[in-house]
Amino acid sequence: MNLLVLLKMVPDVVEELEIASDGAGLDMDVARMALSESDDHALEQALLLKERMGGTLAVLAVDAAEVDDALFTALAKGADRALKVDAGEVAQLGTRALADLLSQVIADGHNLLPVDLILTGTQAIDDLDGLMAPLVAHQLGLPYIAIVIQVTPDPARRVASVVKEYPGGVRGRFEIDLPAVVGIQSAERPPRYVPVAKVRAAMKTQRIETVQAPTLADGGTVLAEVKSMSKPEETGRAEMIEGTPEAASARLCGILAERGLV
Amino acid sequence: MPGNIWVLAEHWRGKVSEITFEALALGRDVADQLGSKVEAVLLGHGVKDLASQLGAAARVISTDHEALAEVVPEVYAEALAQLARRERPAAVLTPLSNVTLGVGTLLAAKLGASAINFCKNVRVVDGKIEAHAVLYGGKIETKVAAAAEPVVLGIGPGARLADAGRSAEPPAVVDEVTVDLPEAQPIRFKEFIEPEAGEVDVTQQDVLVAVGRGIGSRDNIALAEELAAALGGVVCGSRPVIDQGWLPPSRQIGKSGMQVKPRLYLALGISGAPEHVEGMRGAELIVAVNTDPAAPIFNVAHYGTTADVLEFLPLLTEQAKALRG
Repeated sequence: MNLLVLLKMVPDVVEELEIASDGAGLDMDVARMALSESDDHALEQALLLKERMGGTLAVLAVDAAEVDDALFTALAKGADRALKVDAGEVAQLGTRALADLLSQVIADGHNLLPVDLILTGTQAIDDLDGLMAPLVAHQLGLPYIAIVIQVTPDPARRVASVVKEYPGGVRGRFEIDLPAVVGIQSAERPPRYVPVAKVRAAMKTQRIETVQAPTLADGGTVLAEVKSMSKPEETGRAEMIEGTPEAASARLCGILAERGLV
Repeated sequence: MPGNIWVLAEHWRGKVSEITFEALALGRDVADQLGSKVEAVLLGHGVKDLASQLGAAARVISTDHEALAEVVPEVYAEALAQLARRERPAAVLTPLSNVTLGVGTLLAAKLGASAINFCKNVRVVDGKIEAHAVLYGGKIETKVAAAAEPVVLGIGPGARLADAGRSAEPPAVVDEVTVDLPEAQPIRFKEFIEPEAGEVDVTQQDVLVAVGRGIGSRDNIALAEELAAALGGVVCGSRPVIDQGWLPPSRQIGKSGMQVKPRLYLALGISGAPEHVEGMRGAELIVAVNTDPAAPIFNVAHYGTTADVLEFLPLLTEQAKALRG
């Protein structure tokens, strides 16, 4: 199996997010970037498949803050190759433009083809103008399915059996022709932990292949313009219970008692 | 003459989804502002009768095809693209649900149209459609203008009340139209897998103690169990806790899990991402405990505290036990 995982860095929402002075984007000097959570699951699923079935695993990302860390971490976890697309000013690119870039890089070769499965996260928290997996599938003319929690390839038949989530705990099994693009919701196991020492070792012994960004026909697709950003209005916001934890829990207990909930 | 507003009428296992009615209500508001009409697009196989429930739309465009029996995003997007090229709507509203996700992105790609995801509201400003979208797990709101028509709007749950999009009357016009889809598809639906019955049914509980990533470790679930026991409820969780295997899937609340409406929902260490809120926003009383004062859970909770969950939990358990006697 030749596996390719597309990774995307997103602002870490555990940190405080600040809005830039132009009011139309995040202040990227303040934001800390982290690997998109479902991309981390896509990587884990690919690692599991490689362990089970052999083959090669490459990871590909467009340059962004902290992306080297994410790529070296992928190498330390067991990826064979890590490629980074140098696109200059990339912070402001939407998912659509990122997908255009990645699709073109894949189509250009870079020894990424032939590929059997392209895995990426189902959805990222900043996929404002589209989702990565269906965009790449569209550009490459490959079938696509997402919200996937299990992938079982059958290389001999050139198909994979995939399980996707529906609402209410119901799941659905599909068969998809290979090669295909699969949007992963959750890997079969939680993403593995890799010690920092192992990532450091990967930084010393392995390398990230840098690919110059291809020139896109129309300069990349930008079809949605962010006019303004703001923090959510505080209407209907919770009444905050202040004080020490002891005082707060006592107050809350009182509220629950009033409503007959204790 | 401005184009009409289309709503992809999501249905699943023979039922029109709640989000379809919410989107119809939103679509009608947008159409009113634009001076056009809201129309529902009903794609499927053997579900033509569902059109009668879509009376909030001025017209239903109904397409029956074997390849549309289950939602395969590529096939649904191709059908919608063919219809949109014929009729040129101003906007197409598609639900961002586990059933329909991906259709909108592919439709926009096929049409070379704008796509705007995570919409919680849509307005018309100077004759142009402007979407209000929620980004970064609910932490930031944006106003977004589309650069190319039609604009494909990915609608999250709760944009309008579903009841506002229901009508006792059937739609005035139902047009049955055909699309040209290939016989052989590269993605084939095989079967539904029903959830394993959990030892408890979280949808039937009066009190739910919900834990999120902030609970820190599997061992700390026991603290939540103790509180749940003291309150006569059960423990459930958000996606990260289920993915870690700390709680079984039958206890998952949210988009892929269960939708619950308990009398009390105590959210412990849960940030309140839209995917989670979707499953619990109907609770009578929501109390959130999270050290991050900017956590979106506080926008849906009635009461909140930024106390440390692990410090707060045993205190509340003790006090609840004392009150119970």
